[in-house]
Amino acid sequence: MRNKYFTTVLIGFGLAVLLFAAFSLAQTPDAAHGVKDTAKAVIAQASAPAPSPAAKIDTGDTAWMIVATALVMLMTLPGLALFYGGLAKRKDMLNVMAMSFATYCIVSVLWIAYGYTFAFGNDVRGIIGDAAKFMLGGVGSNSVSGTIPEFIFVVFQLTFAAITVALASGAYIERMKFSAWVLFSIFWLTFVYVPVAHWVWGNGFLAKLGALDFAGGTVVHINAGIAALVGAIILGKRVKKELKPNNLVFVVTGAGLLWFGWFGFNAGSALAANGIAGAAFINTNTATAMAAIAWMFTEWMYNKKPTILGLASGAVAGLVAITPAAGFVNIGGALVIGICAGVIPFFMVAVVKAKLGYDDTLDAFGIHGVGGTIGALLTGVFADPAINPAGKGLLYGNPAQLKIQFIAVATTIGYTAVVTTIIFYVIKVLVGLRVKPEEEIMGMDQSEHGENAYNF
Amino acid sequence: MKYIIAIIQPTKLEAVKEALSHIEIFRLTVSDAQGVGRQKGHTEVYRGHEYQVNFVSKVKLEIALDDKYVEQTVNAIVDSARSGKEGKIGDGKIFVLPCEDVIRIRTRERGVEAL
Repeated sequence: MRNKYFTTVLIGFGLAVLLFAAFSLAQTPDAAHGVKDTAKAVIAQASAPAPSPAAKIDTGDTAWMIVATALVMLMTLPGLALFYGGLAKRKDMLNVMAMSFATYCIVSVLWIAYGYTFAFGNDVRGIIGDAAKFMLGGVGSNSVSGTIPEFIFVVFQLTFAAITVALASGAYIERMKFSAWVLFSIFWLTFVYVPVAHWVWGNGFLAKLGALDFAGGTVVHINAGIAALVGAIILGKRVKKELKPNNLVFVVTGAGLLWFGWFGFNAGSALAANGIAGAAFINTNTATAMAAIAWMFTEWMYNKKPTILGLASGAVAGLVAITPAAGFVNIGGALVIGICAGVIPFFMVAVVKAKLGYDDTLDAFGIHGVGGTIGALLTGVFADPAINPAGKGLLYGNPAQLKIQFIAVATTIGYTAVVTTIIFYVIKVLVGLRVKPEEEIMGMDQSEHGENAYNF
Repeated sequence: MKYIIAIIQPTKLEAVKEALSHIEIFRLTVSDAQGVGRQKGHTEVYRGHEYQVNFVSKVKLEIALDDKYVEQTVNAIVDSARSGKEGKIGDGKIFVLPCEDVIRIRTRERGVEAL
């Protein structure tokens, strides 16, 4: 039975890839197209001033964005794979890493096929992009997006889509079938990430409303965090519900790589090598360090010992929370966001999670969902027009911004919760969600992959 | 012949090894072991959740020897593996088992010759 489903899934995916490859051969890139449209997308994400009508490649911006894109790729592989893998039980470590790895590859292919055009193509009624750039049709070496080659913009956005899907895996590990995860990656990217990215960054209705999301508080972290919570509840608890890291050295290494890659994520979201990128860079570092310290001291008081896992978790929570705010707030705002991100998610995972009883294995909701919400709302408070004229928060005389942030957060939470639920039930019908209890106890590395992380 | 198995605190391994070499016992096998006993376990905290860890790390020594060395060997281990004068819960145990035969693989020598 199982093998039959596996094969069906794999063959289906293989066929889809071939289909796209055929489409791409049928189309020749046309350099003249796509210049104007992507300029809009750039404004949406970076909230930068409109580029001059004759868009031209800036070599400095391009050089930085190539590096930034590679840095964001590093966040998923090996950053997140190590961070999550080290936290898993030793019999499940490979399965956890395979989830991040496979997702990165699946999203890479689907993004150039249709993800990019539906997220960043011409806006259709504020809901979705059009299909003009299906298989990157019309995008060539001379296509410009803002001041960088459109190809770079495509891959930069691709790396965001990939890590967002991979983040949710943290809540599902140690029980979800690998085939179910593969289907989740495909469906969730298509029906959740792509539309939400369009709403906020692709000139969709939340962008038109004026929602501020510098690098992905709503699109990436709230989105993935809510999917994590909903999925964890539908999957149900593991046979043995506990967090027993097999290797904290990997966790610390992974957290370090995430932090390093996040400079590309946040400072790269300026889409240029400029002062706003500089602000995003220093805010990212400041909030992250502050959050790690805040988590460490909170834990020290609450559990009597400061842990390295606490430092790493606090750092990740800080990175998450500063993400929407990075290019909008000043250094004071970054410090406050960092403190909130170190304290609130700690109580969320240490106290509230235990009381509510859901089994979010690696706290993808507690850290990304909660941290992302803190960041998105506080962006509406601390956005300083002296840092970025595109954002003016409550403290600078614009209380309406906080309301807009709230609407953006609530919309994302509502949409993601509903569609993720539907996706999970569809997967349940197609291939089933969970491995058998005995497979769960023996470890998913063996049952799903026939491999062991550590052999004699 | 006897086969001695001693479970001791990991911190006492060096002292026990030294005490044994004083009485010219040089042949022993050492391995890491984990066990549950009266010492109980300890707690570990991950992301604010406490987990009770019942298995405590110990070191296991295995020594095969001629009957005439058993008493002094046992005394050497007890003296060197005990924490302080009174000793503590968790200091370990020594088991003395009869040993049927010993074979040296290289030469096929048997019995006391092979020790």
